[in-house]
Amino acid sequence: MKEVKKALFDPIFNNNPIAIQILGICSALAVTSRMDTALVMSVAVSLVTAFSSMFVSVIRNRIPSSIRIIVQMTIIASLVIVVDQILRAYYFDLSKKLSVFVGLIITNCIVMGRAEGYAMNHPPHLSFLDGIGNGIGYSVILMGVSFVRELFGSGKIFGHVIFPLAKDGGWYVPNGLLLLPPSAFFLIGIFIWILKTWKSHLIDEA
Amino acid sequence: MFEVYLSLFLKSVFIENMALAFFLGMCTFLAVSKKVETAIGLGIAVTIVQFITVPVNNILFQHVLKEGALAWAGLPNVDLTFLGYITYIGVIAAMVQILEMTLDKFFPALYHALGIYLPLITVNCAILGGSLFMVERDYTFAQSLVYGFGSGFGWALAIITLAGVRFKLKYSNIPVALRGLGITFITAGLMAMAFMAFSGIQL
Repeated sequence: MKEVKKALFDPIFNNNPIAIQILGICSALAVTSRMDTALVMSVAVSLVTAFSSMFVSVIRNRIPSSIRIIVQMTIIASLVIVVDQILRAYYFDLSKKLSVFVGLIITNCIVMGRAEGYAMNHPPHLSFLDGIGNGIGYSVILMGVSFVRELFGSGKIFGHVIFPLAKDGGWYVPNGLLLLPPSAFFLIGIFIWILKTWKSHLIDEA
Repeated sequence: MFEVYLSLFLKSVFIENMALAFFLGMCTFLAVSKKVETAIGLGIAVTIVQFITVPVNNILFQHVLKEGALAWAGLPNVDLTFLGYITYIGVIAAMVQILEMTLDKFFPALYHALGIYLPLITVNCAILGGSLFMVERDYTFAQSLVYGFGSGFGWALAIITLAGVRFKLKYSNIPVALRGLGITFITAGLMAMAFMAFSGIQL
């Protein structure tokens, strides 16, 4: 039971994939200017991580170590194709907005890193939970960053107006910097700063 | 004719820089930029792999996967684009493996210099991203050659610059909790803002 809890909750703060393991950063920066794309990306990555970890773990004793990367890649790529086809079929607009980033889940290091680092030597149910946990850890950062960027950058949350903009007769003058991609770097940098101040054992000597 | 390729090259190096405009290959970009020497080695490796895989994937896309591309085989109505991801990543994994074996046999010095970074390139999103952008923009073979080289070179340029900045940062007094990854993010953000200055340029 303790192990289950550890697999599921550790990655959320203590071993957060983005802030501590430096995994899966590309998409965290590129899709966070709006909350709806960030949410779709979070769900997609969580599901792909969970299922790929589970499948890799199921066949872990049969994979020869010299070709394991290619085997993992094939499993991950097949899952991503499924996700991509579903998005194209039911959420075509979002899939257009995400452009190449859905395909890039394949090379998202979270998926690969958990398959290689955890699923290869743990049983399937724990690997599945570890995948979900890492997915949630990733989602927490993605949603946090996109919340700040969309709220202060365009005064909206999920496309609903929260702060009426000055140019439409409201009072809020949006901060254009937050819509630009570099702002995601600053927000994640600040997030890491807060996390490491709060949990001081995570500070690395660099 | 030449100008078209020159402007595509400059565009892929500066305006659409893989690392600082599209944020691709960030994991290695932030993790392997501690030393200038390793950054140079990784930059060269990425450029080589990108220069090979983008044109190879271009050939596959134009002649096998694209809608109606199989007309030469007597199958004009087949659309295999949904097999794209698995094909491109397969090509990339295979190319990296071949490159590794070739370097090991003929250029052992370079092989040892690149070390662990060569196999890691398979999961570098800049490489897959390059192929996916090539497909999305429907480049011709010649364009894909230029784009492959340019985007790889741009990524190399970015990681070497970041490694240089981080080297200097060693001597600064940074708040303890911000040291390491935190300040690297902020540095990369500032660099990305500097690269945004290129974004208005029309070629």
